[in-house]
Amino acid sequence: MDFATAIQILDSAVRLMTPLLLACLAGLYSERSGVFDIGLEGKMLMAAFTAASVAYATGSASLGLVAGIGGSLALSLIHGAASITFMGNQLISGVAINFLASGLTVLLGQKIFGLGGRTPALSGDGRFGEITLPFADSLREVPVIGPIYAELISGHTILVYVAFAMVPLTWWVLARTRFGLRLRAVGENPASVDTAGVSVTRLRFAAIAICGVLCGIAGAYLATGLSAGFVKEMTAGRGFIALAALIFAKWRPWSALGATFLFGLLEAIANRYPNLDLGIVTIPSMFMNALPYILTVIILAGFVGRAIPPRAGGEPYVKER
Amino acid sequence: MAGASEPAGGRPDGAAPPAIELRGISKAFGPVQANRNIDLAVPRGTIHGIIGENGAGKSTLMSILYGFYKPDSGEILVNGQPITISDSQTAIRAGIGMVFQHFKLVQNFTVLENVILGAEDGRLLRPSLAKARGVLKQLAAEYQLNVDPDETIEELSVGHQQRVEILKALYRQADILILDEPTGVLTPAEADHLFRILEGLRDEGKTIILITHKLREIMEITDNVSVMRRGEMVASVRTAETSPEELAELMVGRKVLLNVDKAPARPGAPVLEVRDLRLVDADGVERLRGIGFDIRAGEILGIAGVSGNGQTQLLELLGGYPEKGSRVSGSIRVHGQELDLTGTRSDAATRRARGIGHVPEDRQVEGLIMDFAAWENVAFGYHHAPKYNRGWLMDNDAIRKDAEGKIARFDVRPPNCHLAARNFSGGNQQKIVVAREIERNPDLLLIGQPTRGVDIGAIEFIHKRIVELRDAGKAVLLVSVELDEILSLSDRIAVMFDGRIMGERLPGQTTTGELGLLMAGITDTAHVPDDAGIPPGTPPHAEAAGDTA
Repeated sequence: MDFATAIQILDSAVRLMTPLLLACLAGLYSERSGVFDIGLEGKMLMAAFTAASVAYATGSASLGLVAGIGGSLALSLIHGAASITFMGNQLISGVAINFLASGLTVLLGQKIFGLGGRTPALSGDGRFGEITLPFADSLREVPVIGPIYAELISGHTILVYVAFAMVPLTWWVLARTRFGLRLRAVGENPASVDTAGVSVTRLRFAAIAICGVLCGIAGAYLATGLSAGFVKEMTAGRGFIALAALIFAKWRPWSALGATFLFGLLEAIANRYPNLDLGIVTIPSMFMNALPYILTVIILAGFVGRAIPPRAGGEPYVKER
Repeated sequence: MAGASEPAGGRPDGAAPPAIELRGISKAFGPVQANRNIDLAVPRGTIHGIIGENGAGKSTLMSILYGFYKPDSGEILVNGQPITISDSQTAIRAGIGMVFQHFKLVQNFTVLENVILGAEDGRLLRPSLAKARGVLKQLAAEYQLNVDPDETIEELSVGHQQRVEILKALYRQADILILDEPTGVLTPAEADHLFRILEGLRDEGKTIILITHKLREIMEITDNVSVMRRGEMVASVRTAETSPEELAELMVGRKVLLNVDKAPARPGAPVLEVRDLRLVDADGVERLRGIGFDIRAGEILGIAGVSGNGQTQLLELLGGYPEKGSRVSGSIRVHGQELDLTGTRSDAATRRARGIGHVPEDRQVEGLIMDFAAWENVAFGYHHAPKYNRGWLMDNDAIRKDAEGKIARFDVRPPNCHLAARNFSGGNQQKIVVAREIERNPDLLLIGQPTRGVDIGAIEFIHKRIVELRDAGKAVLLVSVELDEILSLSDRIAVMFDGRIMGERLPGQTTTGELGLLMAGITDTAHVPDDAGIPPGTPPHAEAAGDTA
């Protein structure tokens, strides 16, 4: 494998990890506040659909992004109402959101566009274009650094840069701001926040709203950045992979970057080498494509060391006497 | 901030208004009246004890003061100003700080982070953290409240965690500090240090409300004390003008003396022999400190004491389910045979197989499954018995038939074994538990608080059954906080205090006064004349304390 191929695979990995990273950070906000969210998948799917539909209708990827965020946020608020306001079971609410998104996107897609659940293909301004960073072309010929800058770092859509910028931003919010302190506290011991005179409900709703926005960006990226339109079940389990990455990352933003990169890289390798020839044996494509999912199972089964979730995670907050 | 220096309206004498005044506070949770028409005045700059048994309503009252609950009726005045405390933020602004029994700390945060949580000065943390570091240093010097500000909470001892809670309140500039059972989790040395801190705070003009059920603490540190019983404030007195035994009686209360017809005991061979039983709970607090006693066949041993002095741990240990993480030593013998204190053969099922029946203190948590039908509850704990099973399957018809018999014999009302346990009244729930345990004909019956929350009729019935069991030659260990119950049922009385048995008395040869002293941990009763006991019928003291200048 030569250097150019490596750069291409890494470049592909960056594109593929972006929705995972956004969803993973979305889950991080929600779960650090004590609300478990297995509905990341459904929210991304809904966002992909609303983003593609609006981008097609208006011809604007930006309006599509806004619609994507709106679609995802609506499902977030349903999750919040069920699990925070009405103190329902967070897992059941999440499952319901996944089913709702899965069914509603296809139903609405068929009703509106009549293409069997797809949206019409997007072109031109309906998609996010690739941004060429300054000097990318002039530096291209410089050895090593040139290709890394021009191929790997430059030439992605704005949403990819947003996703990567979210990592240090999330770290800073959690570690350095009042909101971050309270968010972490409410996920560990909501009573400590409540007795300090701060509303647990409001904090948790803020967290799931951020979760909704990030899932919305992730879904919009899938439909208007990575692909050109919405296809039925196009998230393909990425919401669950993002959850696995979140556990792998032990609910920390920088680790989330590493974990989602690993998943993106596996997917990129599988795309590049459908049948990986190792000389003695040839690994079939089915296995390569299944790799990220196999890794997910391994992580969720706890083979990567003990991950301690936020202590109050999954439990609705009830004032005790 | 409420106007702290404003002269109070309506006080012609010009005396400073109480820091806290409650007028006619009532609060009900469903059918349970947790607080009933509570009046309380806490003078500024004093330590005020609120004492009462578990469930007397102390914590509810303080939660109302801290904005956790809205009272159904009544009025709260802080420094003479009426105030509506709708949430904790209001309470904090009014200068009220609370140290809960179960700390409200974030375990993986540092001390500093916990202190500023909710009291940050701006959107960014750094300035608040720097400020808090300075304030903590100052408070540490002033009140002996030393804690490393950068340590995480989970690394701290329980005593230090409590200091963090106090620091949190002081950082929010609390003038009135409420502490709910602060010494329950502390070692004696830690408790002493806490008291020095509280005295220091009082001397600085802070007002402290100390909620406890430990008489020793009240006598040692408070200026005034109010006694609560069953949701009511039964007395408020100056600590210097009362005595432990008077307080013990006020707390436990006196009911109509129930006459239990019983012949003198004819004790046989020892059934239960307990020697040097010790238990250290998961928090490292020594709950039992060398308990020893015997119970013979045909004898009722009553254990008296203010709740929280190790009775619960003793019952749980004998019943085979000490709290997880407890360390246990000593010896328990039944019919001369040693019981395992640890391991798989120390569980409740093994204890039952050895002929030990157990009516737990809390029937709703340990005695019954509230959502299950009465007939199912009658079989629990004995559901492996051959008569309840047919091969691999449970014989539900047999269980139901058996349950109907028990329900009839124990006069459970309504006599419907298909009703869920929660649909019976407290007394009838208790009858279901008692029926299950007594009808198994145990050699030894452990029975905790047999008549707590039970109506008079059911009390008489349950007492009669206990005496019948004794007359059938069985041993009974009765644990109760009701002195009258202990006095009228027991053949011998042991008094527990702070994990020890302070002494044994015979019911005919002791007085409530003497027992009250033992319950307060005072063994030196030689000088107490016989008439020191308050004769039955004397109304509880009800004079208000406060500023009687």
